[in-house]
Amino acid sequence: MAAIADTPVLYVRTAPAAKLPPPAAGSGFIGWLRVNLFATPGNAILTLACVALIAWAVPPLIRFLFIDAVWSGPNREVCLASPAHPEPGACWAFVRVWLSYFLYGFYPIAERWRVDVFFAALALGIAWLGSISAPRRDLGAVYFFIVLPVLSFVLLYGLPAIGLAAVPTNLWGGVLVTIVVAAVGIVASLPIGILLALGRRSELPVVRWLAIGFIEFVRGVPLITVLFMASVMLPLFVPQRLEPDKLLRALIGVALFASAYMAEVVRGGLAGVPRGQYEAARALALTYWRMMGLVILPQALQVTLPNIVNTFIGLFKDTTLVFVVGIFDLLRTIEAARGDPKWATPVTAGTGYAFAALFYFIFCYGMSRYARGVEARLSRGGRR
Amino acid sequence: MARQKPDPAAAKPARAGAAVAMTGLHKWYGEFHVLRDINLAVGRGERIVICGPSGGGKSTLLRCVNRLEDWQRGSVVVDGVELTADPKTILAVRRNVGMVFQQFNLFPHLTVLENCTLAPIWVRRMAKKQAEELAMRFLARVKIPEQAHKYPARLSGGQQQRVAIARALCMSPNIMLFDEPTSALDPEMVKEVLDTMVELAADGITMLVVSHEMGFARQVADRVIFMDDGQIVEVNAPKQFFAAPQHERTRLFLQQVLR
Ligand SMILES: Nc1ncnc2c1ncn2[C@@H]1O[C@H](COP(=O)(O)OP(=O)(O)OP(=O)(O)O)[C@@H](O)[C@H]1O
Ligand SMILES: [Mg+2]
Repeated sequence: MAAIADTPVLYVRTAPAAKLPPPAAGSGFIGWLRVNLFATPGNAILTLACVALIAWAVPPLIRFLFIDAVWSGPNREVCLASPAHPEPGACWAFVRVWLSYFLYGFYPIAERWRVDVFFAALALGIAWLGSISAPRRDLGAVYFFIVLPVLSFVLLYGLPAIGLAAVPTNLWGGVLVTIVVAAVGIVASLPIGILLALGRRSELPVVRWLAIGFIEFVRGVPLITVLFMASVMLPLFVPQRLEPDKLLRALIGVALFASAYMAEVVRGGLAGVPRGQYEAARALALTYWRMMGLVILPQALQVTLPNIVNTFIGLFKDTTLVFVVGIFDLLRTIEAARGDPKWATPVTAGTGYAFAALFYFIFCYGMSRYARGVEARLSRGGRR
Repeated sequence: MARQKPDPAAAKPARAGAAVAMTGLHKWYGEFHVLRDINLAVGRGERIVICGPSGGGKSTLLRCVNRLEDWQRGSVVVDGVELTADPKTILAVRRNVGMVFQQFNLFPHLTVLENCTLAPIWVRRMAKKQAEELAMRFLARVKIPEQAHKYPARLSGGQQQRVAIARALCMSPNIMLFDEPTSALDPEMVKEVLDTMVELAADGITMLVVSHEMGFARQVADRVIFMDDGQIVEVNAPKQFFAAPQHERTRLFLQQVLR
């Protein structure tokens, strides 16, 4: 022992180091400004430039949309420049008068409740499937992917046998059509995209070639072309008797187009699932489809959910292109309404487009927020 | 192949018919001959530990037993069923062969309990409640019933590996394959996993274990197999294997790992 005691001790802590609260980040508002906005000269210039940009762009916009806006009135007179109102802003009176046309198109007024029920049913499906903590999301999926499509078809198209008069699709229009096209694209593209993505990774060469061929072909062609092709070429493949109607053709085109993009998104998610997951699933004697459905896809889709929602956002905006095959989506109804001589003013078109922009923005921003919320929640949930 | 047992006490007598029989097995990865003329019969209830240098083909050999890998020549018979390319045969064999991996490979999107009940429910067609009871029994056996409702990412490595063992046991396999089950663990967690495996060995389940845990091999193995360069170089009772290895390469290897 003595020999060891003689060797010098290098360090021994005698008193424990005090546990301190973290230092305050900055002092108050000024401190925050200094740290975040004016940390360096370059930073300060950037801040000032941005403030100038906002000051230049935002007030006129607010003045046009709200302050100088005309909220109600019987006709164009209220939205024209007058001594009392030298610079008229948005003519919301026009939107109010035409609103039901923007929502339903020429859908018969007596039957419009069916559209409202459809909107509500769709909202229920989205809320059920979309909120992670909702009960029985497996039932939610059945509702969304099976019950809802059938219900929507019966509601919107009608089923005379049960007393719902048929409403031909050429009477549909506006938000109804926009939502139908987007919803069909979304509901169809996810399962078809998943199948295509699996096909692309298949060990069977024929399946793989078919999947690759389809995906690459559709992705190599603009949506407008796909829509034209669906509307012009589909009748060539389908017996005359069954000639699908115009909206259906566009829906098929949109669904195929969206599926090809979804396939690539899902493929990215699949690539992120480690090989060990496949091996563990196979070692447990799961069949291919059970392995995919229970182990691989849930992980792949979870990882890639933000990308899936991004694709949905893109699709939602792309639905405006269906006007090229003569379908009256929201944008097309606005286009039609702004030609109404009763409301012809210099601000009518601008108001209509502002309304459309607001509509698309609310939906797309909602989806984007949702994706980010889910992402944050998953990473907080400690699942990975 | 001849089973030499210089120390009869070291090996349990195998019941009729081999649990696993590999005959003239060859496998290539492209040009690379990864398994060369493997002949091995594992008796029912026998515990085999396979060791050898990295890249020697140990994992590949093990993965041929449940056909996670296929081969070009030779045959593998598991519980009297010859493994062919037929998916039904493969699934039938996998139902009775459990596997534990180096990286655990738990399903991160499922809770511990769901990990354990997945295969009993979907493969064995067990009722959910029954499967959960079964899973809780095995989770209790590996001593982590209280973690049942957590996600795997919240568990330590040792706990995850014990869940992986429980998950495999829930299928009531006749044969368990372990591919370096402790190699990815921090040293302080190795023991809890090895203890679980020792208990399992006492139950008489057939075990094929790739491991460099020589203490474990000594304690539970009926036979130790040394593999190098795609071949079985030596098969021996553990006592003999560690005290008097027969092959030059075995000796070199043991010198390195036991140093
Ligand atoms: N998919 C593959 N393609 C090509 N070569 C492979 C593949 N998998 C394994 N190999 C090679 O086969 C050889 C044997 O691999 P194996 O994993 O069976 O070795 P091992 O004995 O388990 O080694 P370790 O102790 O490192 O796990 C190695 O040289 C490896 O590089
Ligand atoms: Mg290995």
